[in-house]
Amino acid sequence: MTSTGRSGKGEPLPEVILESGIPVEVVYGPEDPADPVSARIGAPGEFPFTRGIHPAMYRKRPWTMRQYSGFGTATDTNARFRYLINEGNTGLNVAFDLPTQCGLDSDDERARGEVGRVGMAVDTLLDMQTAFEGIDLDAITVSLTINGAAVPIMAMYFALARKRGYELSQLRGTAQNDILKEFIGRGTWIFPVEPSVKLVGDTILFCAEHCPRYSPVSVCGYHIRESGANPVQEMAYAFLIARAYADHVIGRGLEIDGFASRLSFNFDIFGKLFEQVAKFRGGRRLWARIIRDQYGAQDPRSAWLRMIAGGGGGGLTIEQPVNNIVRGAYYALISALSGTQTMALCSYDEAYTIPSEEAARISLRTMQILVEEMGLCDTVDPLGGSWLVESLTDEMERRIEACMEETAAEGGIVQQIADGVIQAKVARQAYQRERDIASGRLRKVGVNCHRVEEEHRRVELHPYDRKAAEAQCEGLNKTRATRNSGEVNAALDRLRKDAEAGANVMPAAIDAVTALATVGEVTRALRDVYGEYVERVRF
Amino acid sequence: MSPARILIAKPGLDGHDVGARVVCLALRDAGFEVIYTGLRRTPAEIAACALEEGVDCVGLSILSGAHLVLCEELKRELAKLDLPDLPWIVGGNIPAEDREPLEAAGAAAVMPTATPLEEIVRVCRTVLESPRGGKQ
Repeated sequence: MTSTGRSGKGEPLPEVILESGIPVEVVYGPEDPADPVSARIGAPGEFPFTRGIHPAMYRKRPWTMRQYSGFGTATDTNARFRYLINEGNTGLNVAFDLPTQCGLDSDDERARGEVGRVGMAVDTLLDMQTAFEGIDLDAITVSLTINGAAVPIMAMYFALARKRGYELSQLRGTAQNDILKEFIGRGTWIFPVEPSVKLVGDTILFCAEHCPRYSPVSVCGYHIRESGANPVQEMAYAFLIARAYADHVIGRGLEIDGFASRLSFNFDIFGKLFEQVAKFRGGRRLWARIIRDQYGAQDPRSAWLRMIAGGGGGGLTIEQPVNNIVRGAYYALISALSGTQTMALCSYDEAYTIPSEEAARISLRTMQILVEEMGLCDTVDPLGGSWLVESLTDEMERRIEACMEETAAEGGIVQQIADGVIQAKVARQAYQRERDIASGRLRKVGVNCHRVEEEHRRVELHPYDRKAAEAQCEGLNKTRATRNSGEVNAALDRLRKDAEAGANVMPAAIDAVTALATVGEVTRALRDVYGEYVERVRF
Repeated sequence: MSPARILIAKPGLDGHDVGARVVCLALRDAGFEVIYTGLRRTPAEIAACALEEGVDCVGLSILSGAHLVLCEELKRELAKLDLPDLPWIVGGNIPAEDREPLEAAGAAAVMPTATPLEEIVRVCRTVLESPRGGKQ
């Protein structure tokens, strides 16, 4: 193997010379382009994108570092955002509290004890304004981790952007907005399965028309994996879910090239290093084939598997938590070797609590060390051509595709989710995993081997701020008392009517939140029309 | 003797139920009759379900950190339905310093994340055999 010395589309890329004086090429591969491995994996930035979706990958620009954060009120969260940006975060990943995620206002009876607990409390546009005060939405891309309540929260983000003078047509960012996986893991569903998919469709259609640079959906294999799925199922179910959304919006008249390049994915990174890297490489190739060959996409960007590969929560342990810093570093390495676009790491204390500032900074530094010190950005797909990795890549691709076919044959992903079949399957696997840990078949350092007696664990717990919760409710009441209620009600009526008529609810939702309708009110209007999901528990 | 009936419940808004489901499967394998509420049940709904199903014990799974509020509520709701002595257990993301207030609130057992399944089964048996337990 020798270097091919390709440098993308001729952009000037930074030169890399090793301590030993060896110049490093952007990408390496076999001299003979007819080499069978080379033919199968292709070049970076070229179909089928096994080696990465861009020709020069991180040599041109390192991955986006986007730690998940948010707690208390919007003011508290704004301070943490600024801290993270100041420390070198290049994206924001917003955590909302559970009432917000479930579409409840902070003073709802069911919100008691939960306001601001696991994320930031948002009731109205004013909270979103506070959260992003002083943050340039052009300079930093914001990812909204919102699913069940994606309509009001995305509407607020667009309303906020408009109010601050950004052109929606230029607005970048991502919403998680993957409701189907919420029925498998994470659980912040609100509406029944079918209208839930329709609402995701509304956001995709709205963005295709008004905010073409915004990514309206980040399809999550992540939470499916955390719920017990193996890496093959993680990818297969995510691809099937993405296909369900794609089929839905195509059914409503959108062309594949009108939205596919804005679909993004969220995958997990715990597990065995080479298996994980192969999962991403094989998955990238399979997705490219699906989009080009099955959907007939013409735009090569439509076939890009853009992703955040991060987290790794399922691999962390509550025992000897400092070991999680080391695990996080290996997980970050997996993510970098896999050619991710964005990375976020679970912090070492995250098995217990909302990360402390220190823990969040260690996660960020872990990624920065890979970028600045370890040379992970120098060369594209450094494991390409490895016999092990190429063999695993082929096998992962084959198995993911087989799992997709099997699931389709068994009734399809949407039906199997609605029936609770997938949930039961991954839960049984999670149980088996626990039994394997108990029996020692699956080794976890500090859990079933290399244990120590721990008298007290050196982890600082994030305190619950009751005062913040009270302040949030007071603020909400004040907004309710001072807003133009005629305008709010008219907008909510229109929202209800649009939902009843099967029209896209996004325009009315944006008007409603601009008039300071709350997350709870917008959700209630939609619930009036669509009803509520009734969980089907199976084992 | 019929097997002990245990209700595994997810109170509050926390949607993470891998742990609850795994515990359900482990208890079932250990011979318990297990009923699982599914997500996002209010303490009032859980108490009503416990009464209707005539369970011997309730196990709550809470990962969000809202366990103190939710356990206090469950206790009140059980009392309202004339079930003040029905034993309940709480598991999940529970810091060591909350064990005492939870026990003071009436928890028959507290089992934080990472408690081995074997231990969970053992504790459930002990609770059911205790004077407060439904299986005497």
